[in-house]
Amino acid sequence: MTFMSKPKIAHPELPRNALGLTRRDYEGANSTLCAGCGHDSITAALVEACWANAVEPQTVVKLSGIGCSSKTTAYFLSGAHGFNSVHGRMPSIATGANAANRRLQYIGVSGDGDTLSIGLGQFCHAIRRNLNMVYIIENNGVYGLTKGQFSASADIGSKAKRGEVNRQPPIDPVQLAITLGASFVARSFSGDKAQLVPLLRAAMHHDGFCLIDVISPCVTFNDHEGSTRSYAYAREHYEEVVHADFVPPAAEIAVSYAEGETQTVTLHDGSRLVLRKVGANFDASDPGVALDAIQQGMRRGEYLTGLLHIAKDAEDIHALGATPDAPLNAIPYDVLNPGAEALRRVLAGFR
Amino acid sequence: MPATRAKDRVNDFVIKIATVNGTGSASANGLLLKSIFRSGVPVVGKNYFPSNIQGLPTWYEIRVTREAHRARSGRVDLMVALNPETYARDLQEVASGGYFLYDSTWPRPALEKRDDLGVLGVPLARLCNENFDGVRTRILMKNICYAGVLAALCSIDLEIMRSLLGEIYAKKPKLVESNMRAIQLGHDYAQANFDCPLGLHVEKMDATRGHIMIDGNTAAALGCVYAGATVGAWYPITPSTSLMDAYKGFCEKLRVDPATGRKNYLMIQAEDELASIGMVIGASWNGARAFTATSGPGISLMQEFLGLAYYAEVPAVVFDVQRVGPSTGMPTRTQQGDIHCAAYASHGDTRQVCLYPSSPEECFEFAATAFDLAERLQTPVLVLSDLDIGMNDWMCPQFPWDDSYRPDRGKVLDEEQLAKIDRFWRYYDHDADGIPYRTLPGVAAKGAYFARGSGHNQYGGYTEDSGEYQVVVDRLRKKWMTAAHLVPKAVIEPAGQATDVAIVTLGSGDAAVREALCRLRASGVHIDYLRVRAFPFGEEVQRFLAEHRLNFVVEQNRDAQLRTLLMMETAVERTRLRSILHYNGMPMPASCVIDGILAVIASDRAAARLVG
Repeated sequence: MTFMSKPKIAHPELPRNALGLTRRDYEGANSTLCAGCGHDSITAALVEACWANAVEPQTVVKLSGIGCSSKTTAYFLSGAHGFNSVHGRMPSIATGANAANRRLQYIGVSGDGDTLSIGLGQFCHAIRRNLNMVYIIENNGVYGLTKGQFSASADIGSKAKRGEVNRQPPIDPVQLAITLGASFVARSFSGDKAQLVPLLRAAMHHDGFCLIDVISPCVTFNDHEGSTRSYAYAREHYEEVVHADFVPPAAEIAVSYAEGETQTVTLHDGSRLVLRKVGANFDASDPGVALDAIQQGMRRGEYLTGLLHIAKDAEDIHALGATPDAPLNAIPYDVLNPGAEALRRVLAGFR
Repeated sequence: MPATRAKDRVNDFVIKIATVNGTGSASANGLLLKSIFRSGVPVVGKNYFPSNIQGLPTWYEIRVTREAHRARSGRVDLMVALNPETYARDLQEVASGGYFLYDSTWPRPALEKRDDLGVLGVPLARLCNENFDGVRTRILMKNICYAGVLAALCSIDLEIMRSLLGEIYAKKPKLVESNMRAIQLGHDYAQANFDCPLGLHVEKMDATRGHIMIDGNTAAALGCVYAGATVGAWYPITPSTSLMDAYKGFCEKLRVDPATGRKNYLMIQAEDELASIGMVIGASWNGARAFTATSGPGISLMQEFLGLAYYAEVPAVVFDVQRVGPSTGMPTRTQQGDIHCAAYASHGDTRQVCLYPSSPEECFEFAATAFDLAERLQTPVLVLSDLDIGMNDWMCPQFPWDDSYRPDRGKVLDEEQLAKIDRFWRYYDHDADGIPYRTLPGVAAKGAYFARGSGHNQYGGYTEDSGEYQVVVDRLRKKWMTAAHLVPKAVIEPAGQATDVAIVTLGSGDAAVREALCRLRASGVHIDYLRVRAFPFGEEVQRFLAEHRLNFVVEQNRDAQLRTLLMMETAVERTRLRSILHYNGMPMPASCVIDGILAVIASDRAAARLVG
């Protein structure tokens, strides 16, 4: 971490987005994480994605639980409200917030402990509800703040800093999410900004629950030989199978791909996702294909990355609840109050 | 048949019906209760049901009370014993001079044991078997048939029953006829075989005009609709589930836009109580009026989140329909056992605003109060009802509603107000009342702040600095003092004669205490009365306690939780507070209060004699 606070002054020649804002306008407080932490790269990718998507900062709501990852919501978008809740319970806060105002962009940042151990139940149920949010797991396989215990995502055979070997099977959030019917599931690596930024941009345009599991090495407790979440291991065993290019609604497709190698997905707002297949025979719309490929990769000791599954038209809580397009928190009381006369009629049934 | 004191029991007796859970007796019992109510005679209905779907014993008690008492009587004058499994204990429960009605289709030699009762045998099963086809129909009709027997024995108007059936089965008129046939069968049998009516009978009055029969959960749900609540998140748990069911039912009638069919509310069935309170906090933080309903085990699970909402200063409304604890306890029995764990919910220095409604009408009224307080104070408000209030039908004055009511959304800065200030400081005490200003997400970047349960300073920033931390928690203490002025005041009713003895209670204890006061007054004992309606206690509570030499604290738990709270949160000496406790799971009868008071008075007199 740094103790120097950055002045909020933008150089006049910094590039500006459609709103006239620079990347500096999407930054937050200084990170207090260890120097070289993968999480800080994810924060930077989020700044880049929000800037590139030209979102108005105040239309974003940042949510998190407890842990190193959950602290990072303070480190980007200082113009957005943030809610750092309790350990493992961010999805319920996000669900309530989304219920109150369906119009905002909800970005949740969690960790492997926060999501896969204490928060596994809420994580699963947020997926079941197809909660319209971007859910990022900053996955390092280790509990950092409590100094290096294994998390539920640690691989079998993975070695802790003090030499202890994990013998329990990991929970893979990506496979879990696909099984539970998540509509947008991706995996990436904190060191691969070129992949992560388009994924984040696309996720923000997708209606429904988006999981992005980002392998994010812990430089202090899990970046040694024997760890499967170290920079060295991740770089070596990292296989991009589907590269996502994001095309905003207004832009023309500037890139073209050879027939048979790409898959274009048009999102609800007209933006397009162009999936470039790096691996063979991959259809991101078929959960079975994705699961099969992920498991085959795992047997080879590889992380498959990219947008692994996307499904459109799943209904969220507002669709199921038939709520109005306007946020529930903006309905005037005069509309909500049935009135004294209606009460008299209702109570007549209790005579 | 023993002689009954007929005259003094007219419109003043208790019928108890013992049946088997899941046999459809609820509709017959409701029909009887409503028929008496529609005759203009005040009634109390209490349902003692098992935590079971079908097969276990269940009882329903109807107290006919011309004096309009609201508590359970504690005595039984007429037992309708239709469950062979409980015959023996049902027989023991009937007061001397009362009646025991049973299904005489089968012989019951064991019934001969009490000759101080009138035993009324009615061949209910045989009557129904001879007149109806099909096993299921016969069982259902047997239960309706006893309503007819009781109509004859207790002089309940058959025409009122018919019109009630007409309303219940408005869409199935055939059922009105079959039900009426069963009622007539029972009625005619009783007329032909017994000296009808008994001394215990109903005579029409005009004492229920302007009243309704409603349970507290339904009333609270209706209150939430009128308070403008739009988000309800919950996890099913007895005895609170019917509150959310009722909210859904009312919203489907009152909150659907007729033009678009869109629903101006959203209900979310959560995966557990941790999630349901999380959703309420998330929605309230984001500017919706959101609530949940739960009971003891749910309150235990919600503790961590309630601490977050207290410290991060987020409104939340929680209805705790208390049941018997500890642990799973007895889910279908009543108690006031959550007073402590609600008042100080969560670890660290937390204290939560609590409201204690005493009746369904107060459940309705306190819904809007709870939302107003939660938003004004930016803190959770727990409404502590209980199973007796929540699930039993109480006779209540028709709820009033003033259309000029406007929700108090508290200190929320809008875009315009934000534009006028230099900087927004989330936890700064601008008004010296301990209540800071808040902003909603999505309004303006200038109002953005970071809500957190970790240490924060008055500007909203993260802190581990001792001084900065203390400024915020000390301000929260100041807010608590402000809360004491805003919550509903205690209800104080002087005896009308000078006395240094008082009764203090809360919630559903009100019914038994009022009846006890009335009976004590009749026997020349005059006692002042205070009913606590909220925590923190207002200064009127402290003053009242200090003014009385002896305050009987009446409550429904083993550990005297209200008394303890009064000792901790007021300056009154503990010797002035004497407990009267009732915690067996049944609603408290007045006799419990009277016996408790008279015993203390007698022992004090004896002690005075010894000393003197």
